[in-house]
Parts: sequence; structure tokens; C-alpha cells
Amino acid sequence: MKALRNLIDNMKPSFEKGGKLHMFHSVFEGFETFLFNPDTTSKSGTHIHDHIDLKRTMSIVIMALIPATLFGMYNVGYQHFGAIGELAGQGFFDIFLFGFLKVLPIIIVSYGVGLGIEFAFAQMRGHEIQEGFLVSGILIPLVMPVDVPLWMVAVATAFAVIIGKEVFGGTGMNIWNPALIARAFLFFAYPSYMSGDSVWVNIGEGQKVVDGFSGATPMALAAAGKTDIDVWNAFIGLIPGSIGETSTLAILIGAVVLIATGIGSWKIMVSTVAGAMVTGLLLNAFAVNAYMALPAWEHLIIGGFAFGAVFMATDPVTASQTSRGKWIYGFLLGVLAIIIRVVNPAYPEGMMLAILLMNTFAPLIDHYVVQGNIKKRLKRASVNA
Amino acid sequence: MSKIIKLRSGLNIKLKGKADEVIEEAQAARTYAVKPTDFPGLTPKLMVKVGHEVKAGSPLFFDKYKPDVMFASPVSGKVVAINRGERRRILEVVVEADGSNAFEEFKKAEPKSLSREDVKEELLKSGLWPLIIQRPYGVVAQPTDTPKAIFVSCFDSAPLAPNYELIVSGQEKEFQAGIDALAQLTDGKVHLGLPAAGANKPFAATKNVEITQFTGKHPVGNVGVQIHHVSPINKGERVWTVNVQDVVTIGRLFLTGKYDARKVIALTGSEVKAPRYYRTIAGANLSVLLEGKTNQEVNERYISGNVLTGTKVEKDNYLSHYGSQVTVIPEGDEHEFFGWALPGVNKFSASKTFLSSLFPKKEYTMTANMNGGERAFVLSEQYEKFLPMDILPVFLLKSIIVNDIDKMEQLGIYEVIEEDLALCEYACTSKIEVQSILRQGINVMIKELG
Repeated sequence: MKALRNLIDNMKPSFEKGGKLHMFHSVFEGFETFLFNPDTTSKSGTHIHDHIDLKRTMSIVIMALIPATLFGMYNVGYQHFGAIGELAGQGFFDIFLFGFLKVLPIIIVSYGVGLGIEFAFAQMRGHEIQEGFLVSGILIPLVMPVDVPLWMVAVATAFAVIIGKEVFGGTGMNIWNPALIARAFLFFAYPSYMSGDSVWVNIGEGQKVVDGFSGATPMALAAAGKTDIDVWNAFIGLIPGSIGETSTLAILIGAVVLIATGIGSWKIMVSTVAGAMVTGLLLNAFAVNAYMALPAWEHLIIGGFAFGAVFMATDPVTASQTSRGKWIYGFLLGVLAIIIRVVNPAYPEGMMLAILLMNTFAPLIDHYVVQGNIKKRLKRASVNA
Repeated sequence: MSKIIKLRSGLNIKLKGKADEVIEEAQAARTYAVKPTDFPGLTPKLMVKVGHEVKAGSPLFFDKYKPDVMFASPVSGKVVAINRGERRRILEVVVEADGSNAFEEFKKAEPKSLSREDVKEELLKSGLWPLIIQRPYGVVAQPTDTPKAIFVSCFDSAPLAPNYELIVSGQEKEFQAGIDALAQLTDGKVHLGLPAAGANKPFAATKNVEITQFTGKHPVGNVGVQIHHVSPINKGERVWTVNVQDVVTIGRLFLTGKYDARKVIALTGSEVKAPRYYRTIAGANLSVLLEGKTNQEVNERYISGNVLTGTKVEKDNYLSHYGSQVTVIPEGDEHEFFGWALPGVNKFSASKTFLSSLFPKKEYTMTANMNGGERAFVLSEQYEKFLPMDILPVFLLKSIIVNDIDKMEQLGIYEVIEEDLALCEYACTSKIEVQSILRQGINVMIKELG
């Protein structure tokens, strides 16, 4: 430790103002603060500060995403070998390794491109590297289909970081969830790579699929009227879908981590589920087709609902920021997600669009909550006057 | 039976170094100072020069914009220095005590028998008026105002805060006289805030007051929080507050006719060898309190006040005017390897992201390290947990940052001062300087609206 610290202290002068490598000082500082907590002490205000910082917060979210990521890797292998009919002959680690090798490049590309741009912007603006992308960088691969070309991941990530975040001023300033911006970008720019029946399962060149194989997600099938979902597999996550979204179980583990540490808003998670259930039940009551009759709770375990509700809707920057606002935001989000899913004929999934739409409205919801607070104060003043 | 108000938001920071309930006589200091910097917004005009002889109660300077308000020397002696800072701003007026204990003589009178004007005049002339603080803004009260009420919080919930029950017991008579004097200044009531638990011996029997009891975590003892729940401040209203020990000082003035600036200070913090209470005099040089009493093992930070709202001082600086506490903690100016990633058994945190949250009873040593770099507002609803008021702190702070006076007013800037939001600053993940932003906003309000 001591040697490393000395090395950093020796390098420091050349990155400081006037030093040869000053143009890289944000990057240097980023690595320094990654390795060592800074030695700065409080100059004004409180003399003690909580040990929590944004690095800690973001690493908790990443921890919460680990189960979904690992399971996603396994499922990529599982779907692959299932499709070519070789599942029986493969061991657990072979299946996982196959998925790991498929998913890892996507993660590397996402982090490489995203952090590269973040570093550049931090340097241009002369501020510290902000930790926001640490989470976006893993979320982006998890909401992609496994067959997405790597260059698309790179383009989408660049679009998300630049247009989705940096133009607004960086971490904490963005309006929409950057990971969903990446997905929405690809969804509309290259729809054939992001939807349909053939993108969710990696078949591999030269491999033949077994008879009767369909790469369609349960949700796509349900939208087409085949609502006999294998509930258990959908909950565990052994179904086709985006890399990280399939396993409701793994996502629930993440939800427990987020709620226990207080990092993720349980209010948003609960109200999103409530909104979806209410809408689902209403649709059931007035069902005129098979998809509308799909039991409301089954919506929670198919598609990206659980993943979106736990990891994306709860993004503190793009969600509502007030307590009451969070309840409204989450509830409407759940309502919208199910309506887009069931009523709209174009795409079977509604979570991404519902979250982006509610991200847009979150400031409006907060505005009314804040106005409520203001009115209460005015009323108090006029009663007393 | 008095009303009990229960507050749910807040946090008790478990800091090591609570003072034992023992009061010792501190060694007499050689020099004493009155610091204009203790009074936000004050522009002092000097009334003495270096070399002038003063008595306890002799005015040293007055407020340029409220010329009636004078600031008095706490001891008798000779003015030995007028220390100035940038742009010749006066930082300290230092008096060397001559040990003769000479006092300026003021009127000795039962405050109840005096008129409002007489009480005011006595307080102004004796230099005790600055002990009365005005809300909104937390500045010295304007003598021409009549407040709608006067509030005194009889307990302090801040980390390692002194126990006023201990300090005031034995001085009930002075406390009552101080309350009686204050009661003359308002058409409303004098409100006392007491903790719901305990006997509250010196306070419970006080007459001429309205008592409200509070339970909850810090900042429950903050007078601003108590005002918010008893009689919130609306636009245009004025409320005054006085610290407990200052009520005693005011009472003593009326009972003896002297500005007797003795007070009890709690010396606390993890770096203090034997944390306890000391009897000293307002404005005393801290070296007598601190010399030889700290561990000296690490770089130490000396704070006049508590760790949330106090002022950083050097060992040979002076006690703050309103202060009842001195805290010593490690400076913490060291790098920590992977500090943000470690499980953190020894790191107290208001969040539940460190293993320390599994040990709720433990007390911790905390340093002045920032524990992270400053960021934009990222997390939401983090501040609300630490502010038991119906105020949206982040929105208020944002309105200050963009300098929107209407919004500041609408969002409740009249109801808070720095100490009320100090816990938010402590707990902030983004390390935002909440208190200094709030003071900026208050300064804008004072400048624009007066």
C-alpha cells in the first residue's frame, strides 16, 4: 500500500497544473480516488461527513446487479444449447462459460466506450470523473439481446452517454435513464436487431436448431395469443429475453440488496408493481382477447418488467425526487407499462417506453408536489394573518 | 401537563468522547476576545483602541446598522489587540484580563417590575442584547421589533452536546429572572422546549412560560425545529431565540446589575483525554481549556461548538460567543486504501451500506475527512430523513443556488438556519456544502428584503 501510495505521490506533480501530463489530470485523479480515498478534510460547514459517497452507492447497485448478470450469462448458454438440442450433454460450467464468453465482450465494449467518453468530458470540463456510468455500463449490456453486434453496443453507448447525459451536464443532471436511452436508440434505429423472434437466442453459425424451436419470448407469444406461460421457468429466468432481464428470482435478490441498504427506493418498486397489478386486473375484467386475459401477476415475471421496476425506474436522478411524487411516478409507470404491452399492437414490451415516458414526466410530478408544500405554507400564513 | 411532540426524522450520531457529568474550574485565561465573526451579517464599529482600559460590561464595538446594539467586554482589563483579516475586516477584539474583576454597574431590578423599554435599555447598554437571536435568518435581534414569541430550547441534541440540566442546576433563580426579562419583550409567550424524558429539574418549575416537550433524534433539540412545530414562522413574522446559558446571563444582569459572563463549557470529543465540563468565562482563550488535555497522537481538529455546526479554531483561539461546547476530533488528513470499498465495521454511517449498521450501540471515532468528492445532487429523499420539518430541503437549496428569491420564500427559508440543515450536510452522499449554501440564501434575503 505504502509503495503504491508513494508511486502515486511521485506521479502527482506531473499531472498538476503546469505539469507535462496536466491534460490527463481527471483520469489520474479518477484512478487515484479509486485506489485511495482522498485526504481532503472539511473546510466549512459540518466537520464530520458520512462515510458514504457516490462510489460506495454505485458499487452497492453493481453488487445488486451481480445475480442478474451471472444468471443472464448462464441463461445465454442454456438457451443456446437448448436451441440446438445439446442441453443434455453439457455441464453447468460449460453452459455458463458459453454465456460468459458471449456476454463479456458486450460488457467490455459498453464500459470501454462509456468510460472513455466520460473521461474525455471530465477532462474537458475540468471536473472529477463522476461515478454514474459505473452502473449504466453494466445496465446497458443487461438490456441488450445477446445477438446484438458489438459495434451497435458501442454506438448506442456513445449516444446514451453524450446525448442522454453529458449534454445535460453529466451525472445527476440527466432527464432520462442513460441505459434505456441506449436501448431505445437501437430499438428505433435497428429494430430488426432488437425485436422479433430471432434475436434473443444465440444459435451460432453453422448450427442447426431442433425441430419445433422458437426463439420468441414468452411475452411475444402471449401477445400472439399463446398465453400458456411456463410460470416456473419464467420466474427462474430460463426463457429467451434480454441478457439480464429474464430471471425474476435474480432480480428479486438485487431488490433485497437495494432495499436493505436503502439505495433503491422501495416506494417506487412497490408502486410500480401496484400500478401494473391494478391495470392487469382491469384488463382481465374487460378482456376481449387472450393477452388481455393473461393473469395480471404473470406480467410481473415476463419481459423486462421486474428488471425495469427494480433497477431502472428507481434511478434516483431520473425518477421523481419527492416522497409523494415517487408513489405517483411508480404507479403511473406500472399502469403505462402494462397498457403499452397489451393494448399497443406494434411491440409486445412496454417497460422501456413506460420508464422513459415517466422519466419525462417526473419533474412535472415533483412540480405539483412542491406546489402542494408551497400552498400549505401560504395557507398557514393567511390563516394566521 | 405540557404537550409532547414526537418527531420521527433525525439521527443521533454516535460519536466517542461524551463529557462526564463533572464540572471543574478551568484555569483563568490571560486573554479574552469578542469576535464579530460570531454574529452573521454584523458590520462592527469599534469603540475602543488598543491600550484602552475596560471593565466587564464596557462596550467594545457596536453594530453599524443597529447602532444601539453594543458588544461588551466579558472581563475587566486592557484592550491588547484588534486582529483583522482580509480587507481589514475585524476578526477579534482581544482584552487582557487584569484580574481585578471590575464591573460596569447597571440597574439592579426585578425584571417583572420594569417596562419593556427599561428591559430593552438595560440589555442594550450592558452589551447583552446580542444574546437575543432573531428568526428568520439567525442574526442578532433588531431592538425596534416586537417578536411574536420568544423560544428557548432547554436541551441540545447535537453530537456530544452539553447537558443543560447539569449546567443550569443551582441557577434556577437567575434562569427565572432571565425568562421574566424576556417575557417583557414580547406580546406573545416565552416558549421552553424540554425533552420528554428526564426530570428537567432546573426548568420544569419555571413560571411565566409555555412548556412544550419533544422526543426524537437530533435535531429535535434545535430551537428552529421546535418553533416549526409550536408556532411556525410565516412571512413578515419575527421570533426571537436565546440559548439556555444566555438566559442565565441575562437573569444575572437583572439580579446583580453586572455583566457576569461566567459560563460552563463541555470539553468533548474522541481526542480529549478526560471529557468533562469546565467553568470559564465567555470569550476565553481556548489554550487554558485545551493545553495538555488532548491525546496529541494524531493531527487534531479543534472545534468551538459541536461537530456539525461549530467553527474550526486553533488551539490559541477564543471561545465562540454563543458556544457551550468545545470538541476535539482527529483531522483525518490521510489517504485510505480502497476506503470506499471496504466493508466498514468501524465506519458509522447514516446509510445502511456499511457493516457498522449491524452494531447500533457502538460509539465511533470520526475524523474531519470528507470521505468522498463533491458531486451533483444524485440521491433523492436523503435529506428529508434528517429534517423533521415540513420543508423540501433539496428544492430549497436549488432555489438558493439559482438565486430565486420568490421560491426561497415559498419553500420556507424563513424557518431554517444552518444548524437545522447540518445533519443533511453530514449525511450527503454528494458532499454538498448545505450550510454554506443556506447562508448564501439568507444573505440574499437580508440584502433584498431586509
